[in-house]
Amino acid sequence: MLRISRSNYDSLRRHGEATYPYESCGVLLGQVNGDVRVVTSVARCGNTRKDSPQNRYNIDPKELIRIQRGGRERGEDIVGFYHSHPDHPARWSPTDLAEAHWFGCSYVITSVEKGRAVTTNSFELTGSEENGKKLVDEEVEIDLFMGRT
Amino acid sequence: MTKIHIPTPLRQYTAKQADVQVKGGTVGDALSDLTARHPDLRRHLYTEEGKLRSFVNVYLNDDDVRYLQKEATAIKDGDNISIVPSIAGGRS
Ligand SMILES: [Zn+2]
Repeated sequence: MLRISRSNYDSLRRHGEATYPYESCGVLLGQVNGDVRVVTSVARCGNTRKDSPQNRYNIDPKELIRIQRGGRERGEDIVGFYHSHPDHPARWSPTDLAEAHWFGCSYVITSVEKGRAVTTNSFELTGSEENGKKLVDEEVEIDLFMGRT
Repeated sequence: MTKIHIPTPLRQYTAKQADVQVKGGTVGDALSDLTARHPDLRRHLYTEEGKLRSFVNVYLNDDDVRYLQKEATAIKDGDNISIVPSIAGGRS
């Protein structure tokens, strides 16, 4: 299960609207608590797939390393990623599965229709080997009070 | 000693450690020392032919070792190596 504050949830959905008709992508930072991945911050990333940004995304590892470093200073780890599907359902595609390698992390997908974020779903990458890995539907709990100070 | 940062999915093979201190004069030596200490990591980083898997990015500080001298890239004390599985996908 993924637990995320309303403001972080809105932020990743808005990112998909901002980059429409191209795919947005980013990193979810937080802590793993048993079976729950708790997101405490969301980092927007650039999409390096300038050749096909309407249906592909890729996060620059260099950007990820920087985000990772910043997260560690705040006691956060990488717990997942998000991206958007412009004018396409919020379900993982064969490409999404083939290119998912972060086992035990959440992969959040938002459908953006005509520039507006519609559905957001999350999938956990289960398994531990490239053969037999699966993206499995998981519950998203939007915590209205989390992150308020 | 060189510090290798382990990404979250691979920490189950390093007894939950996020960083592993290793020895060696090159990136290849450092990775060999890492997999000698944590043998279960090996098949997640390398193919059966012993090549680094295509989706496993290895960075020395801020540089992709593919654009340096790959596994022969020299390292010095205090360097940081990061293992970063790629993050990509697409709707079709
Ligand atoms: Zn996708």
